[in-house]
Amino acid sequence: MKFTEEHEWLRPEGDEIVVGITEHAAEQLGDIVFVELPEVGTEVSKDDECVVIESVKAASDILAPLDGEITEVNEALVNDPGKVNEDPMGDAWFFKIKPSEPEQMDDYMTEKEYQDMIS
Amino acid sequence: MDDLQSLPLHDLHVDLGAKMVPFAGYEMPVQYAAGVMKEHLHTRAAAGLFDVSHMGQVILRGTDVAQAFEALVPVDVMGLGEGRQRYGFFTNDDGGILDDLMFANRGDHLFVVINAACKAADLAHMRANLTGVEIEEITDRALLALQGPKAEAVLATLAPEVADMRFMDVRTVALCGAECWVSRSGYTGEDGYEISVPEDAAETLARALLDHEDTLPIGLGARDSLRLEAGLCLYGHDIDTTTSPVEAGLQWAIQKVRRTGGAREGGFPGADRILRELTEGASRKRVGLAPQGRAPMREGVPLFAADDSADQIGTITSGAFGPTVQAPVSMGYVPIDMAAPGTIISAELRGKRAPVEIAPLPFTPANFKR
Repeated sequence: MKFTEEHEWLRPEGDEIVVGITEHAAEQLGDIVFVELPEVGTEVSKDDECVVIESVKAASDILAPLDGEITEVNEALVNDPGKVNEDPMGDAWFFKIKPSEPEQMDDYMTEKEYQDMIS
Repeated sequence: MDDLQSLPLHDLHVDLGAKMVPFAGYEMPVQYAAGVMKEHLHTRAAAGLFDVSHMGQVILRGTDVAQAFEALVPVDVMGLGEGRQRYGFFTNDDGGILDDLMFANRGDHLFVVINAACKAADLAHMRANLTGVEIEEITDRALLALQGPKAEAVLATLAPEVADMRFMDVRTVALCGAECWVSRSGYTGEDGYEISVPEDAAETLARALLDHEDTLPIGLGARDSLRLEAGLCLYGHDIDTTTSPVEAGLQWAIQKVRRTGGAREGGFPGADRILRELTEGASRKRVGLAPQGRAPMREGVPLFAADDSADQIGTITSGAFGPTVQAPVSMGYVPIDMAAPGTIISAELRGKRAPVEIAPLPFTPANFKR
């Protein structure tokens, strides 16, 4: 699993990458009350805004961590945004992306590097 | 105001796990470990303790203090009975609102509570315009609010007589041995009390209230969502110098005696406009707004008559997710012909239009002990 400076986690699953936000990010954001997901099939470029999440405090964007195509989104979050606080590293993934440049993964942090960054 | 001031209960907040943020020049708790959502729901279900010591507390003394104060607010001050409190606002010559406030008749003086961000300007305004009135800013007292349906039971464990108070009553009550100035009021739409306590007794009192199993500490985050669901204005957002009291829907706070034909008609800044609007109505109005989707629509979101109309008709002035309503809730100004509840208008959020329904205020029913 890899981590971005934007507090996303990236978990390879076959030739796709599952994307979510870290426990630390969920805690910082506070209670999540709204999630807007991209459409399946959308072609995204690295750093495109592709998810909007709103907490009780503010709106934030989740950026596409890689170039590629969105292959699946976690619709369950739309009706139950609070899941992001309950299980950010598990059930509350946001989308799966099929990267067109898989080597972009190499730029991201290991879990240890991420933990060092936030500590 | 570069340096943040810390308030008497700072260490208690840190001890309770608060996340402290700068607010109006003070370091304030925005939330505790429970988080905004749980704090909000707990206040509606039981009792929440808020530290609002950043607000200004002012004592006005003088033989004709009520009459003098009426020159600055379009409210009946002289007719307010001893031991009673009232909502009011300072207006300017254009009929805009300089600040909103609470004032109480405490016998030989008026006790006024003003917004933190307006404190310096309000004091200057009063010093310049209240002749023959002694103006004392109280800086050695904290201000706590205990809000929620269990507030009476919790506070009555320290002083049973508070149960006899009605909404907007004020009394001097001994709490934990300290002389406290207690009013039955608040900013959540719930029953509750606001308590001015000497700063050296504030922590003892706060801990005694928190010791009760029904009480949780509540931060500014939930204070904002509670007041928004209750349809209450936040100064600097829903009301300011560009909004008149009638536009803001605050005409209920302007008693008959100060209106056209009343015994003490006018005589406050901006009376021409405000009296005219009381009779003829204003061209726009603050309304409740219920976004039809799930996305919260916050301050600054532009409003349009319809999804396909290009002309902006208004702006959202406050908005958030309402934990009790379980939906997004907002307030904003719209032209009077679109202000009827049930009217569907349009808002632009992140470049996309979405329907918004004009909703009656408050979003949650008030729960006062009248």
